[in-house]
Amino acid sequence: MRFVDEFRDADQARALAAKIAALCEPGRQYKLMEVCGGHTHTIYKHGLEDYLPESVTLVHGPGCPVCVIPMGRVDDAMHLASRDDVIMTSFGDMMRVPGSSGSFFDAKASGTDIRMVYSPLDSLKIARQNPDRQVVFMAIGFETTAPSTAMTMLRASAEGLRNFSVFCNHVTIIPAIKAILDSPDLRLDGFIGPGHVSTVIGCRPYEFIARDYRKPVVVAGFEPLDILQSIYMLMLQLSSGRCEIENQYSRVVPWDGNTVALRAIGETMELRPYFEWRGLGFISHSALRVREKYAAMDAELLFSVPGVRVADPKACQCGEVLKGVLKPWECKVFGTACTPETPIGTCMVSPEGACAAYYNYGRVERHRVPEAVVAGSAAVVEP
Amino acid sequence: MTTGDTRQGPGGGGVGGSWIDEALREHDHAEAAEAARPGVGGPGVAGPRVAGPGGAEPADPRGRPVLPMAERERQVLDRIDRARRRRPRVREERITMSHGAGGKATRTLVEAVFLDAFRNPQLEPLEDAAELSMAGVRTALTTDSYVVSPLFFPGGDIGDLAVNGTVNDLAVAGATPMYLSAGFILEEGFPVADLLRVTESMRDAAAAAGVRVVTGDTKVVQRGKADGCYINTAGVGLIARDGQLGVARSRPGDAIIVSGPIGDHGVTIMLARGELDIEADIVSDTAPLNGLTARLLDAVPETRAMRDATRGGVATILNEIATAAEAGVLVREDDIPVRTEVRGACELLGIDPMYVACEGRLVAVVPGDSADRAVAALRADPLGADAAVIGHVTDGPPGIVQLKTSFGGTRIVDLLVGDPLPRIC
Repeated sequence: MRFVDEFRDADQARALAAKIAALCEPGRQYKLMEVCGGHTHTIYKHGLEDYLPESVTLVHGPGCPVCVIPMGRVDDAMHLASRDDVIMTSFGDMMRVPGSSGSFFDAKASGTDIRMVYSPLDSLKIARQNPDRQVVFMAIGFETTAPSTAMTMLRASAEGLRNFSVFCNHVTIIPAIKAILDSPDLRLDGFIGPGHVSTVIGCRPYEFIARDYRKPVVVAGFEPLDILQSIYMLMLQLSSGRCEIENQYSRVVPWDGNTVALRAIGETMELRPYFEWRGLGFISHSALRVREKYAAMDAELLFSVPGVRVADPKACQCGEVLKGVLKPWECKVFGTACTPETPIGTCMVSPEGACAAYYNYGRVERHRVPEAVVAGSAAVVEP
Repeated sequence: MTTGDTRQGPGGGGVGGSWIDEALREHDHAEAAEAARPGVGGPGVAGPRVAGPGGAEPADPRGRPVLPMAERERQVLDRIDRARRRRPRVREERITMSHGAGGKATRTLVEAVFLDAFRNPQLEPLEDAAELSMAGVRTALTTDSYVVSPLFFPGGDIGDLAVNGTVNDLAVAGATPMYLSAGFILEEGFPVADLLRVTESMRDAAAAAGVRVVTGDTKVVQRGKADGCYINTAGVGLIARDGQLGVARSRPGDAIIVSGPIGDHGVTIMLARGELDIEADIVSDTAPLNGLTARLLDAVPETRAMRDATRGGVATILNEIATAAEAGVLVREDDIPVRTEVRGACELLGIDPMYVACEGRLVAVVPGDSADRAVAALRADPLGADAAVIGHVTDGPPGIVQLKTSFGGTRIVDLLVGDPLPRIC
């Protein structure tokens, strides 16, 4: 299929694997974080790690939209949804995320009116069909999905629709990356930058990573060759001692982002002073709320939500996984108490969550391609 | 919004809370049992383990030996494997849509509720049809209910689906389908013209498959209590051949064949619902497979098993093969036939065609050296024109389906959890 197969070509992958292996300095370990959950999904779905030398480790980052939603916010959403005068709409990904008393799917099975939508605009259709009920859209995601929420609000406002509102949980990626860079637990060599987020925010916001933290960033596309090429670009930078922001995904990502989308977000939403992230705790200026001008569409103002912080189950180590400190399988409950069918933590829910990706696709001994074997390397024992 | 006050999470008495606690208790219990087993240490469990450099064992702060990364990972995988073999239990207090999606939740429900209640030797293999011997005559019996929405879709409607689906369940059991029953549950207000359309397609499908609808039932429920029209069909067929079929008979070295491009029906239905605003030239593959199965069994009597790939798609069948045969399965993405339109729609939606339903596709397991003969036999029939070997049963990790991706990597193909949900970004 055109525009897909070109980016999954095994011959090109082998050639890149050989180039990456050739850049590995003997005895040096490379830890690269793919920030975005979409990348994690691609890496496991296509078996990309088979092309990497033993000394290059991919660390999965916090860029999975449903993974970072704290349990208390899920409970708040459930509280809203349980009102008789509310129809809750949500992306499919969100349906299985556990709150402290079950998920949207469980609530739906008990009669709560929760409907899955493919686009926030579908919520407007439902609002038009149900004029005497309030349709609340469970807005989640990074800068990738925030513009579509913003455009939906603008459309609702233009139509004068009075029964549509948003429970806003949009988050922004830069503060999360900064939190990881400031975390003492983790030593990273570079970042595979999020592709879809960057189509909106551009590459400029990452410049501080190279300037202040001396780490290279390569913004990458979502096909396996995109990611492999980005790893090669990072390795080139590392081998020549450079740290720069590079754009591998230039066919989609403009350096300055999408100003129309940014303007729509800016018109309808503003930064919250602080927001809780699952596993990362409270991060200041890391999330968006509805602007006062659109208060009539802010579900948090229209209805009161409990707003109570709910601690994760003690055994759940999603936080460590989201920060890249633990590999999914290193979590105490991975695959036994916590599985995709009975997820305890969010990382096991979304296909972009590192735990779900590893459980569904990666739970197998790796068959490294010969090109990825670094000459003279022996099995490496973790210190 | 949020205060500094933290409620202690799950365990607060709700449905979700209680099962999380229960899952964790079970986990602790399993871990303790594991630690007690001689020579099988979980990660971080003291035992005779690899010595570090210089003979001294490296130790973590609690004095337990630290294993090399790869070995610790291997142990975790073993632990997961044991957890997966535990007897399934339905944790949910209510039925959710996942229980009907053909993936893990469906399997759990079938095994923990239905198999538990009705256990008997005919039911236990959980094949598409049960084999019965009545007065020395080998017959096959099956039943299936049809609740498809929309009722009419490109390439077919609920009527031909209801006939073909049941015919196919008999055909893949090696039976010649003979007689069908048809039960209708109709919603008050359902147009009679639509019912006539449905029954006409049932009549035509039955004629094409060479079966008769010989008994039936009609119920009408109040408006809002059903979605227009539901149909249940049951079917009986004769097994005229000697020998047994069943996925448990698969052996390492056997070839796995599909009879044509996969995912057509599921994608057609998704698009026909009109929720996605995607249009594509795809029609359902609904068709009776009894001609095809008869051809295959004539040409390759040593065929091990056949399945029709409906709900849960080809991936689910591959998992059933691996589980029942206690063997590995390795398939190659490049060899799996998928129409470009279906691939395109799946790429857009973030859905894997391997999990998408077909209604006229056969998956067969045959001994490795019969594979060419089997493919040739299938290709001689227009319904099997694109038949292909997609992989093999292996002596790899038992119960695990691996896929060699087009990209050249390897990954697992597991049972689906719930409905395939489109990814959000």
